[in-house]
Amino acid sequence: MSKKILIVDDSAAIRQMVEATLKSANYQVVLAKDGQEALDICKGQGFDFVLTDQNMPRMDGITLIKSLRTMSAFMRTPIIVLTTEAGDDMKNQGKAAGATGWMVKPFDPQKLLAITAKVLG
Amino acid sequence: MSINMAEFHQVFFEESHEHLESMEQLLLALDLDSPDPEELNTIFRAAHSIKGGSGIFGFTALTSVTHVMENLLDKTRKGNFELNSSVIDLLLRTVDTLSHILNLYREEEPIDWQEVEFSKNQLVAALNGESFSTASASSGAAVVASQGDVESAVTSKTAVETPPESNTDEGFGFFKDDVELALATESDGYGFFDEAYIAKEITVDDLHPKGSESAVTKADAELSDDELGFGFFESLTPEAEDTPLVDDISQSAAEASVKANGNDDQPTATTNTTSTTRTTAPKTQTAEVEANKTDGVKVVTATTTKTDVPVKTPAAAKKAAPPSSDSTLRVETSKIDSLVNLAGELVITQSMLTLIGNELGGEVGERLKTALNELERNTREMQEAVMSVRMLPVSFVFNRFHRLVRDLSDQLGKNVNLVIEGGNTEIDKGMIEKLVDPLTHLVRNSLDHGIEKPEKRIAAGKPEMGTLSLKASQRGGSIVIAVHDDGGGLNRDRILQKARENGMAISDNLPDKQVWQLIFAAGFSTAAEVTDVSGRGVGMDVVRKNIEALGGRIDIDSVTGQGATFEIQLPLTLAIVDGMSVSTGNQIYILPLVHIIESIQPQRDQLKFLANEQLIKVREEYLPLLNLHELMEIDSHAQTPEEGIVVLLESNNKRFGLCVDGLVGQQQVVIKSLEKHYRRIPGVSGATIMGDGSVALILDVESLALHVNN
Repeated sequence: MSKKILIVDDSAAIRQMVEATLKSANYQVVLAKDGQEALDICKGQGFDFVLTDQNMPRMDGITLIKSLRTMSAFMRTPIIVLTTEAGDDMKNQGKAAGATGWMVKPFDPQKLLAITAKVLG
Repeated sequence: MSINMAEFHQVFFEESHEHLESMEQLLLALDLDSPDPEELNTIFRAAHSIKGGSGIFGFTALTSVTHVMENLLDKTRKGNFELNSSVIDLLLRTVDTLSHILNLYREEEPIDWQEVEFSKNQLVAALNGESFSTASASSGAAVVASQGDVESAVTSKTAVETPPESNTDEGFGFFKDDVELALATESDGYGFFDEAYIAKEITVDDLHPKGSESAVTKADAELSDDELGFGFFESLTPEAEDTPLVDDISQSAAEASVKANGNDDQPTATTNTTSTTRTTAPKTQTAEVEANKTDGVKVVTATTTKTDVPVKTPAAAKKAAPPSSDSTLRVETSKIDSLVNLAGELVITQSMLTLIGNELGGEVGERLKTALNELERNTREMQEAVMSVRMLPVSFVFNRFHRLVRDLSDQLGKNVNLVIEGGNTEIDKGMIEKLVDPLTHLVRNSLDHGIEKPEKRIAAGKPEMGTLSLKASQRGGSIVIAVHDDGGGLNRDRILQKARENGMAISDNLPDKQVWQLIFAAGFSTAAEVTDVSGRGVGMDVVRKNIEALGGRIDIDSVTGQGATFEIQLPLTLAIVDGMSVSTGNQIYILPLVHIIESIQPQRDQLKFLANEQLIKVREEYLPLLNLHELMEIDSHAQTPEEGIVVLLESNNKRFGLCVDGLVGQQQVVIKSLEKHYRRIPGVSGATIMGDGSVALILDVESLALHVNN
């Protein structure tokens, strides 16, 4: 059974790129365009790994992580937060919210696959 | 593993254009005195999204500009940076620059790095509270301060230079509480907060609150320390180790150049500023937007005078969120076009069947007729449905003008209030694109020549603020777009004087309507002084040509001292025309209904010859007559006009009669272009296939009018 990954990003171009990359490595991929949509999806199914952007309409990544961490099915799910912020501010917010790690944009497909492999062992 | 990034570029371009458009709209509508935090956030997020995407896809020029823009917007949104009208202007210019860069990438043209640098430096200057130019970035006179950064950003694609920051190609990792290590990963652009991924002694259970064990995912169960083997980067593929990341390098180059102190050199040559002296005193600007969702009326007020007291109104214009990807689907226009074409063919086939069906009698014939009627209804509905896919609200064009009116009225020192009505009137996408230029010209014209300066308006007893309105509506089978201003109207005497200077012989008692039409002559301009905006004597003729190319016409209505209205009438779609089919000899021709005034059977006493030209007298007016069979060089059944029918036609600048043998009937016809197969024929705009399979030419009334002597 291949691992199931949730990708949350408001940019369709990035979502598609990430989806194609992960599918090429035979992961199952589910896409959400903002935190709210991701949360709705997560109410119905679990994931092996969640990769979320920070800054999104309707619900940002930080709020999503906080919400997910209150759900029993997502207490231990690795969640990586994407950030373009150079400072520690956003990272610390992610850490406080309960993220497993962070990844800076821009990234390329190889970087994405490398971190996914690490997270999923 | 190879992912072709190029396939996602198109999506990125479209997304970014949408972001830029919404940024522009929001910036224009922003209330400077109490900006809505939600709107500021949306503007920030638009810049942020473009930056994120452009970084991933390697569009470094976009990344570097949006990076600084994002900084400025972030400060703004956090209340650490004071917005004023000149900063808004700068941000709007930045949007223009980004739009330009985006197009260069889309067209795969070389990037103008000077423009990029200039735009960036302007933003940096604004961020540092220094003065920045009011010129557009395209002036090309910008002094590029950090040429070296540009070089490295350019060359990083090919040659690998040592990046200014210790960037590796990792871009992710595990956070540690150990400060030193955390800093080490910092520059690698990744980290883990969770020590389970790093420290071997700590188990997963220690890191999480005791939760329901049953819900723990399989992944967690597999996260045994041995398997993870996380130190630093040793588990990365050699490939990833050795391949330097263009993105990272150029990103850091971009960031380094951002850190370089922006210069505030004022460019000397500018493209978009007036030659007239501009007031440099600080101006108050208020932008109020009131939107009424029900009737699509938008009022944007841009006041640009010092004396004006800003009126505060709640900004009620919340642009409807773009439909989510669930409910919309992006489709190539060409696919829709082929559907439109097929639906048209279907209509033709269906009318052929109807003709054949009419020849069948008896019970079968009856049943066939019923079925054919059903088919006709279905094909019509299908055609309409397919057409509606190509329709867009005209607000796509109208909304561009908020910006134009704001910038131009500022430049001209005028107070102008733009009113938009009927923005949700739908119009064919192909037309929307072709309407932008003529409408832009008309709006510029109204601002420049129509609406007077405040002092002149006050002297004339008018409100100081002029009103420019753009209205769209559907009238029968056509779309009407009106550009109205409450300025001084057209100057009859000046137009006549100018026309005579241009060598036209014109009588003094020419009716107003025909005087106004004179301004559409090539090279006609009545501007007393040539301004930057208009008055170079080009344009109105081009406007008319563009409108006519769309199968439309333009009328002018003007009252001296009260303003002018330019009214454009357009067919609903470019694919179907409401026509009158007429016969001459053995041929059928189609005349677009929009040009037909009436059809008459002329009496002998109505016909006159004057200097070898045939005229027809209709209600005390003599109109020139044209013979269709002569123009088409075929034989006709009617030897004289009174044996046939005269169709009175109205083109943009004249009325005339067209002699034909008879009228066949009124029908909607599907327009087929002839130019794919033949060269353009004067007098003919296209062709259609009739129900019996024969081809009928669609006549171009505007070019027929050229045969009429003045």
